[in-house]
Amino acid sequence: MIEIKQLTKRFGHFTAVDNLSFTVRPGEVLGFLGPNGAGKSTTMRMLSGFLKPDTGSVTVFGQDVVRSPLEAKRLMGYLPEGAPSYGDMRVRSFLNFIAEARGVAPASRDACVDRVVERLQLQDVQQRPVETLSKGFQRRVGIAQALLHDPQVLVLDEPTDGLDPNQKFEVRQLIRELSSDKIVIISTHILEEVEAVCQRAIIINQGRLVADATPAELKASSDYYQAIELEVEQPMAVMDALKTLPGVRQIYISSDSDHQLIVVPEEGQHLWQPVQLALQEQGIEPKAMSISSGRLDDVFRRVTAAANEGVQG
Amino acid sequence: MSAAVLCAVARTKSVYRRELRSYFATPLAYVFLSVFVLLSGFLTFEMGSFFRREQADLMSFFTFHPWLYLVLMPPLAMRLWAEERQTGTIELLMTLPLTTLDAVLGKFLAAWSFTAIALLMSLPMWITVNYLGDPDNGIILAAYVGSWLMGGSFLALGCFLSALTKNQVIAFVLSLVVSLVFLLLGFAPVVNAMQSTFPQALADVLASMSFLTHFQAISRGVLDVRDVGFFLVFMLCWLLATVAVVDWKRAE
Repeated sequence: MIEIKQLTKRFGHFTAVDNLSFTVRPGEVLGFLGPNGAGKSTTMRMLSGFLKPDTGSVTVFGQDVVRSPLEAKRLMGYLPEGAPSYGDMRVRSFLNFIAEARGVAPASRDACVDRVVERLQLQDVQQRPVETLSKGFQRRVGIAQALLHDPQVLVLDEPTDGLDPNQKFEVRQLIRELSSDKIVIISTHILEEVEAVCQRAIIINQGRLVADATPAELKASSDYYQAIELEVEQPMAVMDALKTLPGVRQIYISSDSDHQLIVVPEEGQHLWQPVQLALQEQGIEPKAMSISSGRLDDVFRRVTAAANEGVQG
Repeated sequence: MSAAVLCAVARTKSVYRRELRSYFATPLAYVFLSVFVLLSGFLTFEMGSFFRREQADLMSFFTFHPWLYLVLMPPLAMRLWAEERQTGTIELLMTLPLTTLDAVLGKFLAAWSFTAIALLMSLPMWITVNYLGDPDNGIILAAYVGSWLMGGSFLALGCFLSALTKNQVIAFVLSLVVSLVFLLLGFAPVVNAMQSTFPQALADVLASMSFLTHFQAISRGVLDVRDVGFFLVFMLCWLLATVAVVDWKRAE
């Protein structure tokens, strides 16, 4: 279990993390969200023991990160932002170094390294210097070093940043496989990632916690929750036809496609049947029609924009 | 207690081994060793008139070591911490279960061992002197020890200055300038100038801070506690200062 209590970090006059508290339990995959500069990486750095908080505490399975750093760090695997590693080292010797520094007994080091090499499919690049690898492979080497000692807690700062869609898929698959008995905390600004792997999402803005819920709950608080998405030939005509329907709060053409209409209901209203009936009356056959389960980007914008008003840059 | 010490040694060793191997992973080690051998050879035979002196000793080899180190130790020390911060690997290193002292010591000892390797490359010269004549090998051994201690002092100072910045060039220039100060404090013309401007006691203290004064004493064959102690305390102080700076800089 990780307990974060009233964590605060200031850089000069700038408060990067402001009185942040939350708890994560084993088996949870927590997505840590926020706009750039919201304090995600600063929080991750305090979690991992790299930065000392000004006030507040981080406790990992009872070990305080500041007071007993070695014990706490042993329980964690950490991928820093940008996945830095010693570029001139070969992948194999880099992982060997991590094993040695983590106190893995010499006899079991090889097995340990073999396990993560296999898990992250690094077999073919083991003998290559890290700096000669593609960005995707470098990221995998970074994740491999974090997993090496099979830690209880995995803290990954933007694990899929810069990966191609296939690599993203693989990394997400890996995170899901890990999560049954471990704590996994990933920071990201990719919302689809949170939907794909996290059971819980925390959104922070200007260092403060602004939302803490499951992705489904967050989506349910979206304006788009239960909205009807329609794909039609002549959106303007359909728009006029549906405008007057009772229970419709708003109707407009989607920013994704000129032929897609979005019908937003008033709170608590269900529009599926009324819309279907209205279309039938008009003799309009939609090409596609679906109910939205809400949109995370909408919630994200709403909770992070409110506080940003009046802030420059 | 002893178990805790053993753990600390193991942790330091892991950093030490990585660091020492990294010298040989790139051409750095070979370039450095070649330059060290060529430059020390040139100074010994040309500037030091090794043959013309017709004496079976290595005085002409060791005399120039303070100046040789002035040029060669800063490039060795500059990368120790500046590079870690430049590439971001410091975040990786400091989130491993290691103390800052483990990391500082491991890195320093690796650079110091590398200096020992460079110094050992001059063994053929020692053998030659023994072939040509009958030198006092005790003096030569003392001079080797003194030279290594002095090299370590240059490195500890450079290690500290490297922790102050993430720019390796700045680290290099700083370490060159500060090292020069610690040499010049014992350089005869400077010592004379200091004695005429400062009170005697202050001039003596300043001169006693110099690498030159202590190294010259040791290279004459006297392994005095005060000279050896000076280098050891000097290294320890700068290494502890490095620990403080690495911790302090991380908080920013």
